[in-house]
This record gives sequence, structure tokens and C-alpha cells, in this order.
Amino acid sequence: MKIIIPIKQVPETGDVKMDSATGTMKRDGVRSIVNPLDLYAIETGLKIKESTGAHITVITMGPPKAAEALKEAVAMGCDDAMLLSDKSFAGSDTCATSYVLAMAIKKIADYNLVICGERATDGDTGQVGPGISAWLNLPVCTYISKIISAGEKILTAERLVEDGYETLEIKGPCVITVVKEAASPRLPTLSGKIRAKKLTIPILGPSDINAHPEHLGLAGSPTKVVKIETPKITRNGELIIPKSPEEMEAAADKIIKYFHKLDII
Amino acid sequence: MNEYKGIWIIGEQKEGIIQSITYELLARALELKGSRAHEISIVIFGNIHDAELKKIRNVNADYLLQINDRRVDYFLPEPYANILYDLVQKRRPEIIIGGATSSGRTIMPLVATRCRTGLTADCTKLEFEEKTGHLLQSRPAIGGNIMATIKCADNRPQMATVRPKSFSSKLKTSEKILEIITMVPEEKLFSSSVKRIKFTPISENSSNIQESDVIAAGGRGLKKKENFKLINRLAALLGGCAGATRDAVDRGWAAYPQQIGLSGKTVSPKLYFCAGVSGSVQHLAGIKTAANIIAVNNDCEAQIFKIADLGIAADLFELLPLLIEKIEKSRKSVNDKNFSGAEHE
Ligand SMILES: Cc1cc2nc3c(=O)[nH]c(=O)nc-3n(C[C@H](O)[C@H](O)[C@H](O)COP(=O)(O)OP(=O)(O)OC[C@H]3O[C@@H](n4cnc5c(N)ncnc54)[C@H](O)[C@@H]3O)c2cc1C
Repeated sequence: MKIIIPIKQVPETGDVKMDSATGTMKRDGVRSIVNPLDLYAIETGLKIKESTGAHITVITMGPPKAAEALKEAVAMGCDDAMLLSDKSFAGSDTCATSYVLAMAIKKIADYNLVICGERATDGDTGQVGPGISAWLNLPVCTYISKIISAGEKILTAERLVEDGYETLEIKGPCVITVVKEAASPRLPTLSGKIRAKKLTIPILGPSDINAHPEHLGLAGSPTKVVKIETPKITRNGELIIPKSPEEMEAAADKIIKYFHKLDII
Repeated sequence: MNEYKGIWIIGEQKEGIIQSITYELLARALELKGSRAHEISIVIFGNIHDAELKKIRNVNADYLLQINDRRVDYFLPEPYANILYDLVQKRRPEIIIGGATSSGRTIMPLVATRCRTGLTADCTKLEFEEKTGHLLQSRPAIGGNIMATIKCADNRPQMATVRPKSFSSKLKTSEKILEIITMVPEEKLFSSSVKRIKFTPISENSSNIQESDVIAAGGRGLKKKENFKLINRLAALLGGCAGATRDAVDRGWAAYPQQIGLSGKTVSPKLYFCAGVSGSVQHLAGIKTAANIIAVNNDCEAQIFKIADLGIAADLFELLPLLIEKIEKSRKSVNDKNFSGAEHE
């Protein structure tokens, strides 16, 4: 069994500060982490590896610094890593990003399963997983919450939808995106960290993966950001601080009145 | 590019019943259409009950493109994407709006990628650019701290998803009767490498929090699992769903489908009531579009109060039982009155 896991390095969201003058994100001093939702994809791959002896390659597109994210995945137990980094990749939207990742996967050629996180916590679109499958013309199943069995030809899995769980049989090779329920990510091990440190990660550019320039970066991105603004979050609501049992009663009544106003009770 | 015309919405049905998201998307499309003479088509996969067809006949849309085939009664990524892609090639819509649902979030990127066109996820605002007529798509970005406006100027169709419940599904009826066009896609488009072998519904309490008008949510302030019953009880009394923060879910007090926020669900209920929730940016990202927010927290400096319409700085273990008792009492007295009224007749 051969598994490929595309991941993304994202800013630690709790750290994100906004520049109030320009309305843009202050990137300096913001810690970068592996997209938390990709950890579930990595763990799902590692679980399959434990039960069937799979080989896992993690890939990412990003600046040279994104190699850190790949190293963390290797430290958790992934076998190989590949970094897609080139100036021409900059400014990619989800369409261009999924193209580069798909071309890299095509280059690796020998694989049974591609596992993606549900979405990245910075872009928050959830479009890259399905996008990869569309470029590769592979079957895709999103929101996978449980792997029941992972064979090289058939994957049986549960998919979380609004009102329940679907049990699906998927012919491989295929792409899946997993939700948090699918696994609980392990921490990197010491021996994993040592292996990751020693590992030289190959850096590939467009020609290495036979990518066409017209599909790359800003030029290859159908969507363009035309405006950015910071909406104010305060709603100027009312705050009540009850100081006695009577005031507590009054607060409860106030809430009930609000319920009535909304026609809820 | 000029041959691309009209607005399509990707409606949804379940067991023959047209889902609320269909009407929400239609309301969006109608508002967007505004002064421009766009025709609106509703695309729906699977069979629809006759009574449901009647309901959707006079809602101001122009066409219903129906794929009336048992094989697409429920969502399967390949047939849905193949058929929609085929329809787009043949009929060339200018705009496609889909729901940010488990199926919409799958089929929209599949089709957008195959069309080599742009797709903007979770748009909170859609409008036309004054001069060019391009679609301006606004969405919260980076955990909801900023709003980005996105445009797809050179490719068609322009595609966007919007979150369920972020728009009212109430529609005015019209004189205009929509024309039903039954689509008969080629046989090969129905082939699927994915087989659905079972469906297991989620239990009531956590079911479909995104569709719920009322949500009562709890966080770490509930202190232990046992106490989470307060939230469940209140949710039940208000006829809503119980939700939770990530901390509460991680502690096993609630199930993951109930998690609200950046790595959980985004909700837009009429009322979001929460207790013992601090209001982290990640949590707020999931509730910003709630119409009304009531928060209970014993720390009067808590972030959640910044976004609450009504905040009570109090101990939830005092306030919630009081609130529950009061609602139960008023229920009982209403029931008693009804009962005695009947007796007098
Ligand atoms: C990438 C990422 C994604 C995340 N995604 C999510 C997400 O999707 N959803 C989410 O919720 N979080 C998410 N988080 C976690 C988030 O940062 C917070 O840790 C979490 O929301 C806090 O949950 P809480 O409000 O329950 O707990 P706390 O922050 O610990 O707040 C508990 C609150 O309860 C109050 N309290 C205590 N006792 C009482 C009492 N007796 N009466 C009344 N009030 C009381 C306290 O004053 C406090 O404000 C994410 C974090 C990261 C880094």
C-alpha cells in the first residue's frame, strides 16, 4: 500500500494579529504550524501503515520554510517527503494549488490512496482535496470519519454528512479528505525527530513535475482577491451583572423575555 | 464569455423533499438578480415528490433542471459532478451558487476545477460589480478576522458556495410558473467508483446543528460531563440543538458533530445561547452570523460578551437551573390553562 498525504503549513491562528491601518495580516513573528486538520490525515495514514505496512509520502507546496511542516510529519512516522517550492507557485488559489499537488502526485505515480485534511485553517475552503481528484480524474470521498478497511483496490469507510454517516466502498486509487473524528493525532517521537532531522527533503519546481506555466501561481488562478477589510466584531450588546438573588431572577426573566421576542418559547 | 448566461443554483432534495438550502440559495439568487435580467435555474438531482414540485412552481425562478433518476437520489460524487459538468458545457450558466453542505462542498470544487474556473467558498455576500457586471464574492478569511472580496473576471461560470442558514428561505410567490426541464444525461455519466452500502442517521440531539434555528452551547465552564445535561435540557426546552466548544468536545462532554467553530461547524441560527464559553477567535468564527447571541459567563471581561447581544455575567450553575425552572413552569401553566379551557366547553 502506498499513501500520499498533501499537507499545508499555516499560521497559528491564535497568534494572528491584524494591522488595523492596512487591514492585512501581520505575518512577522507569527508561529507556523502544520494545519491542525492535516494532522488527522497524517494519523489516518499512520494507522493504515500500522495495520498493513503502508509507505507514506507527505508533500506540500509552499516557501522553503514549509519543509518544517514536512519534517514534523516525518517525525510522526511518515516515510518520505517532497517540497514543491518555486517563485512561480506564489499567489496560487485553490485551483492552481490543487494543480501543482496533482502534478506532484502524478510524478510519484505509484500510489493507492491520497489522504487530505478537510480544509486548511487559514484558507478555510476545503477545495484542494476535491480539486486534486479532479485534476487526476480520480474518485474522491470527502468528510471521511472512519476507515473501516483499507485495501489496495477497495477502501471501505464512513463519511460524515449533515444527518448521519454513510458507509462507502471506494475503488482505488482514490482521494479522501478526513474529518477530525477519523483519528486522534499522535505526537512526534524522539526517534522520529532524529530521522526527520537527517532526512534531506527534495525540492521540486514546475519543470520537475511537468507543470504548465499557464496553470501556476497568480496567472493560473481564476480567482483574485480585490479587496480586504476588517469588520468590527462588537455588537454593542447589553451586559448585566447580577449582584443579588433578586437581580439573578431579573436576569433570568430578561433572557426569557428575549426568547419570547424571538418567538422561541 | 458572452455566451454564458443566467444564474444556476444547486438545489438539494432528500427522500423527495426539497431541502431548505434550495430556497435559501434561491432567495440569494433573486436578491442578486436585482435589476439585471438574469434567468434563474434550479438544478436538482434525484426524484422529487409531486407536492414538493408544486411548492417550488411559483417561487420566481425560471427553470427547474431536474435529473429525475433513482441512481442520483442520494449524493455520489462522480455522477453528480459528471452530470453537472456536462450540463454546464451544454447550457453555459454565467453563475453557479451551491450550498456549503457536505455534497455542495464536494461537487462545486470538482466541477469548478474541471471547468478551470474559480470557486469561492462560504460567501457571506454576493453582488455585481457596478461597471463590469462581474460577481463580487465576499467571505470571511483567516478565522473570520478579515473579509476578503474575490472576483473571477476571466473565466466562466463564476462559482460560489454559501453557508446553510446564512440567508432566509422565505420567498414571495409569483405569477410566473417555472418551467420543468427533465434532463436525461448519457448513461456513462452515471458510472461511479463509489458505492453507498449503508446510511446510519445521527441521534436527535446532535443532529444537524447547522439546520437548527436555536442552539444552546456549552464550554469548559460546565466543569464536567454530568453538568452538560444543563445545556442539553435547555436546548430541548427551546426546541433546538446542543452545541459545544472544542474544549468541551475534547473532554468528551459532547460529540464532534456538535463542535462549533473554526474546526467544527459554522452556524447561523436565529438564537445562539451559550454558557461557560470564553469566546476564542476560533469559536467566534463559527457563530458570527448568528442573528442573536446570548451569553452567560462568570467573567465579565470574557471575549464572548463583545459579540453577545445580551450578556449575563453570572455563575451558570445558578442561572441555568433558574432559567430552566422558569421555562418549565411557564410551559406547565400554559398546559394547565389549555386543559381547564377544554373542560369548560
Ligand atoms: C487551529 C485551532 C482550531 C480551533 N478550533 C476550534 C473550534 O472549532 N471550536 C472551538 O470552540 N474552539 C476551537 N479551538 C480552541 C479555542 O482556541 C479555545 O481553546 C476554545 O474555544 C475554548 O473553549 P471554551 O470556551 O469552552 O473554554 P475556555 O476558554 O476555558 O472558557 C471557559 C469559560 O467558562 C467560564 N466559566 C468558568 N466557570 C464558569 C461558571 N461557573 N459560570 C459561568 N462561566 C464560567 C470562564 O470564565 C471561561 O470564559 C481551536 C484552536 C485552534 C488552535
